[in-house]
Amino acid sequence: MTIYLDHAATSPMPRAVRERYVEALEVVGNPSSIHSSGQSARALLDESRARIAATLGVDPIEVTFTGGGTEAVNLAVKGMLWSRRAQGHGTRILAPAAEHHATLDAVQWLVDHEGATVDWLPVDARGRLRLDTLEAALAGGPAALLTMLWANNEVGTLQPVAEAAALAAAAGVPVHVDAIAAYGQVPLVPLPAGVSAVSISAHKVGGPVGVGALVLRRGTEVEPLLHGGGQQRGRSGTMDAAGAAAFAHAAELAHDELDDRAAHKRALRDRLAQGIRDRVPEARLSTDLTDSLPGTLHLRVPGAEGDSLLFLLDQAGFAVSTGSACQAGVPEPSHVLLAMGVPAEEARGSLRVSLGPDTTAAEIEALLDALPHAARQAVAAGLAARQPRLGR
Amino acid sequence: MSGGVDSAVAAARAVDAGHDVVGVHLALSRMPGALRSGARGCCTIEDSLDARRAAERLGIPFYVWDFSERFRDDVIDDFIAEYAAGRTPNPCMRCNERIKFAAVLEKALALGFDAVATGHYAHIVTDDSGHRELHRASDEAKDQSYVLGVLTSEQLAHAMFPLGRTPNKAAVRAEASARGLTVAQKPDSHDICFIPDGDTRGWLADRIEPEAGAIVDRDGAQVGSHEGATSFTVGQRRGLNLGVPAPDGRPRFVLEVRPRSNEVVVGPREALAVRELAGARFTWAGLDPVASGIALSDPTAPDAVAEFACEVQVRAHADPVPARARVVPSTGAAPGAAADADDADADDVDADDADADDAGSPAGLPSAGTLELVVTVQEPLHGVAPGQTAVIYVGTRVLGQCTIDRTVSADAHSDSPSDAVPATAS
Repeated sequence: MTIYLDHAATSPMPRAVRERYVEALEVVGNPSSIHSSGQSARALLDESRARIAATLGVDPIEVTFTGGGTEAVNLAVKGMLWSRRAQGHGTRILAPAAEHHATLDAVQWLVDHEGATVDWLPVDARGRLRLDTLEAALAGGPAALLTMLWANNEVGTLQPVAEAAALAAAAGVPVHVDAIAAYGQVPLVPLPAGVSAVSISAHKVGGPVGVGALVLRRGTEVEPLLHGGGQQRGRSGTMDAAGAAAFAHAAELAHDELDDRAAHKRALRDRLAQGIRDRVPEARLSTDLTDSLPGTLHLRVPGAEGDSLLFLLDQAGFAVSTGSACQAGVPEPSHVLLAMGVPAEEARGSLRVSLGPDTTAAEIEALLDALPHAARQAVAAGLAARQPRLGR
Repeated sequence: MSGGVDSAVAAARAVDAGHDVVGVHLALSRMPGALRSGARGCCTIEDSLDARRAAERLGIPFYVWDFSERFRDDVIDDFIAEYAAGRTPNPCMRCNERIKFAAVLEKALALGFDAVATGHYAHIVTDDSGHRELHRASDEAKDQSYVLGVLTSEQLAHAMFPLGRTPNKAAVRAEASARGLTVAQKPDSHDICFIPDGDTRGWLADRIEPEAGAIVDRDGAQVGSHEGATSFTVGQRRGLNLGVPAPDGRPRFVLEVRPRSNEVVVGPREALAVRELAGARFTWAGLDPVASGIALSDPTAPDAVAEFACEVQVRAHADPVPARARVVPSTGAAPGAAADADDADADDVDADDADADDAGSPAGLPSAGTLELVVTVQEPLHGVAPGQTAVIYVGTRVLGQCTIDRTVSADAHSDSPSDAVPATAS
């Protein structure tokens, strides 16, 4: 029986959400159709949109459903950039260096293909945007937009969103916040003044994969990525009423129980951190326990390869992650850790444990029992792979 | 699991044999192409997906291990450096020696595995005393024992080649098909995996700065010029563009590449014929010849530590040639060690090395740096270049191998020591 501790990658869909999803799939009709079947689907969709909007304290018209978090981020970053450019605000983008790849790669695409420029803003040793550098960047000239995470998806660090948004607002620069890792984990309401757009994703809170949303505050315009029937503000494409219903249900569950879930995860996460300090003293914790997502713990085992740690823990029955993006199954050294000043060699030995609402104390103790041996074996494997003795 | 049919079937057979099998795909490039192209069967993301699909079909866990940096250092950079030094390396052999049965194997052992199984066509036999021997595959056409000849007994102890007793490739494909493996009809790969279009010369030209120099005959007289010595291979005839015709009007061939002086030496075809080759860097694939009980009791060389009859193969697809090999004390520093010395220039190396008789009795077999393996062939070999690996066979058994440091010409013209095709400095 696998102990699943990779909720930051995707969180299992609770039974209640599955039932709601299946029920919603039985509603026949395209929400854009005029007939009563279409209207039934439309009602489901509208209700779901209103419920998602309520979790963020915004109006339903401010919620655009997307085909997932990556699309929401792309729509925000590219759509806002195009729109701002058309309004004569240039193409300069401000973004912290430790963003998710959805942002990094979308921004880089705009730089490579649309003549945009980017200021990659440094983060501190905890992975937190340094406000002084943001201030300097804002003072350095006009910017088209600032895009930033609410919480880092790898190490869990919460970002100074309100402060950054206030600075940006004072400079007249709209802000997109990628809250995919934070939504349903920490309170986001009321959305800070100056935040123009927020990306969220369903499957990180127990909803279906392939469903997300971009919150676009009133007055914020985006050029669409997808052209077609014009079904939603900023997005064309047949709307997924069942997906939206499941998303809304999962989001409500997460928000109804947000404080309890957060306290539960934080207690277990902190217990895990203490156990690692005691039993794997060679490991280094990357996560700042005081100012981070409650269920995320990131650590490095110097000398180990993350993929060996993953393999050994997988064999021992634990699903965990290195936290960073993969290319053909190969973990890359995390740009987040590099931005935090972690040496590349040490960044290779990364492990991210992310807890869910149903994670138990027994599961954490079991992981603590398995971790010391796995860490030592992974260090031995790292040494063997780096300095093989055979064939020399 | 490269994504090809051989490793997929090898994995399937390992599963059938009752082993606890985990599929591993090696990522050998930091920037793999997305799609397979040409005759290659590895190294793209599509290939890794093929490997993963095969593992899924077999119901075994599957992981990708990143060995791209080690592969670059140990195989690609080595390949470039060897060519730059005028040698002709075999990168597949190097990969087996340094990556698959070294870095990968040692990582696997550290992670709790017992062995690395691959889809190579070769066969391991364990004798009555538990000693492992490497043998040719049943299918001689597919036999890959040559590129595994570098493996030592320690490496062989943790190697498995489930395809070794397969009658032929068609049988492997049929088996893959019967097992529902999607790679059953995937084309074989032929080229060097890190040279996508198979244009080795062009690939090297982008990496080794060419420098114009002289083409000379065996007496040192200039007969032409070249745009870069490292783009020539021993045995090459075409593309020499010699301005001065040979006195006898016969075609000339590249006999030697001298990167240090940036010279290419040419001469008649018979000068390519090699009667003897030698190298100080040799290994035994299991028991050495003395322990194997094949050493002759009446060695022809008085100082020989061991002498034995064998067959020698100098390329992956060359025919083996009957030979007599002897392990003798080396006269000086090993050519590998002499690589940095200025006096390692080709002309300074005495071709009598092989017959040297001044060293005392050696400590044992083998001892790198103090011994040399000298192989005298019964019929001349052609186009043998330093840097190539000579794999020593006794029947189907791989006894060992040596990296060729120097060769001795069979040509009458070359009887004087100074005309022997000498060691090439690296």
